[in-house]
Amino acid sequence: MPALPLDEAGKYVAGAYVVFLTLVVVYVAIIGAKIARIDRELTELTSEDGE
Amino acid sequence: MIGAAGTILRKDIRLELRTKESVPAMTLFTLTVYVLFHFGLDRDSLDGELASGVLWVTLLLAAVIGVSRLFAAEREQGGIDGLLLAPVDRTSLFLAKAAALFLFLAAVEVVAVPAFGLLLLGPGLGGALPELLAILALGDLGIAAVGALVAALAAETRARELIVPILLLPLLVPVLIACAQATEPLLRQDQAPEDLGRWLGLLTLYDVVFVLLSVAVFDYLLED
Amino acid sequence: MYSKGFKPLAAATVVTLATAMALVFFYAPLDADQGFVQKIFYVHVPMAIVSLCGFVAGGIMAIAYLRSGDSSWDLRSYVAIHISIILGVGVLATGAIWARASWGHWWVWDEPVLVSFLVVVLLYCVYYPLRFSIEDRERQARYSSVFAIAAGAFVPLNFAAVRMAEAYTHPRVLSQTGGNLPGEMRLTFLVSLLAMALLFVTLWKLELISKHASMQLKRLKRKLAERETVAA
Repeated sequence: MPALPLDEAGKYVAGAYVVFLTLVVVYVAIIGAKIARIDRELTELTSEDGE
Repeated sequence: MIGAAGTILRKDIRLELRTKESVPAMTLFTLTVYVLFHFGLDRDSLDGELASGVLWVTLLLAAVIGVSRLFAAEREQGGIDGLLLAPVDRTSLFLAKAAALFLFLAAVEVVAVPAFGLLLLGPGLGGALPELLAILALGDLGIAAVGALVAALAAETRARELIVPILLLPLLVPVLIACAQATEPLLRQDQAPEDLGRWLGLLTLYDVVFVLLSVAVFDYLLED
Repeated sequence: MYSKGFKPLAAATVVTLATAMALVFFYAPLDADQGFVQKIFYVHVPMAIVSLCGFVAGGIMAIAYLRSGDSSWDLRSYVAIHISIILGVGVLATGAIWARASWGHWWVWDEPVLVSFLVVVLLYCVYYPLRFSIEDRERQARYSSVFAIAAGAFVPLNFAAVRMAEAYTHPRVLSQTGGNLPGEMRLTFLVSLLAMALLFVTLWKLELISKHASMQLKRLKRKLAERETVAA
């Protein structure tokens, strides 16, 4: 198949890189949320305990 | 160690001869699948790569049944604890179970391969028999080693029947590739083996890796 | 325990990733045959290589766990496999996009990387149900390690077998891993590969930090609960 013209090909290339970046961002976001929750619970516990 | 393995193997063979639970079911299964393929593909006779593929996929699916049942006797009679209490090292257990699976597969193939020749194969089987036997032997060895490992891995999980097929079949893809590719030229009209060495080489590598790996790792399974 | 050196690692990863992207789009020349679509190669192949190495590394860490009994090795193995599976899914997705752009189909069987990954991802999907169907934590770790080792050994064998099969049915010379990459493309590829590898290690450390913190928190909660019941 002959190479796609630049504008059409651009969509696919963008798609591939978007997939990659989305995976990374979603993964980091999920872990970031977990860490935030742990942090929150930690401050709750230490404030309880300190009383 | 070989002695202990031999004892367990003999027990398994005697049990299978008495109860006839695995081998007949596996054999019947292959024959049924041949019929399914006949209707599914709407073909009277196959040759070459189609024949090779149908034969090997059927054998692999039958192997799944055999693997699921490999530790069944121990489980049902609560015997697995008895085996573990006895001073039997896991390596012997692995060798015995793999050998048993190998023998069951061979027994199934004694019927299933000629039946395939009868029901679905266009060209005859006779000409390439020695090469076919070599492929079957090395293929069965790989299936037996990986099958015993998977059987042990799945032995104590709750979803055993579901896990065995989806765990075993991907692991056997290299075996399928090698066996199907090696068998394909044997099932053509001219029956001249092609690149047999390559595929047998791959099978041997696979077998060596997985036999050694399973022997090394089996100690960590079925422990309690 | 795991957070040592994380910040510089993350920073290095971001820098390398940005450099790689810049090289891909502004430095690497356009491929003569495939045109702009070939740029996908710089994200697809590094993901594949790093993912495969990750699976093998997971197997090696599992060996370390079985030999030492130290459960932190099991955790490391689990996270390595976890991230490799995610990358594996990425390989399949970017590969499908590449296939669609190059050959008009969302899937092609004559790409050994793509086909190998289909089998590998299918296999590793069983890791989670196997792992979580075993309740006892020590046995769970042991059985998962055995799986990780068997699957880790399987990955290169599978790759070889699929490659051999493809050479037979489709003797098409696909220069995707680039036997003869021209200099600028090779540099771009190597930087992309480095970026992907750094990304893997960063994400791996990140998840380990998170899991470790969550385990510490659980332990702390348990201790506090015990102290309360004793005091009561």
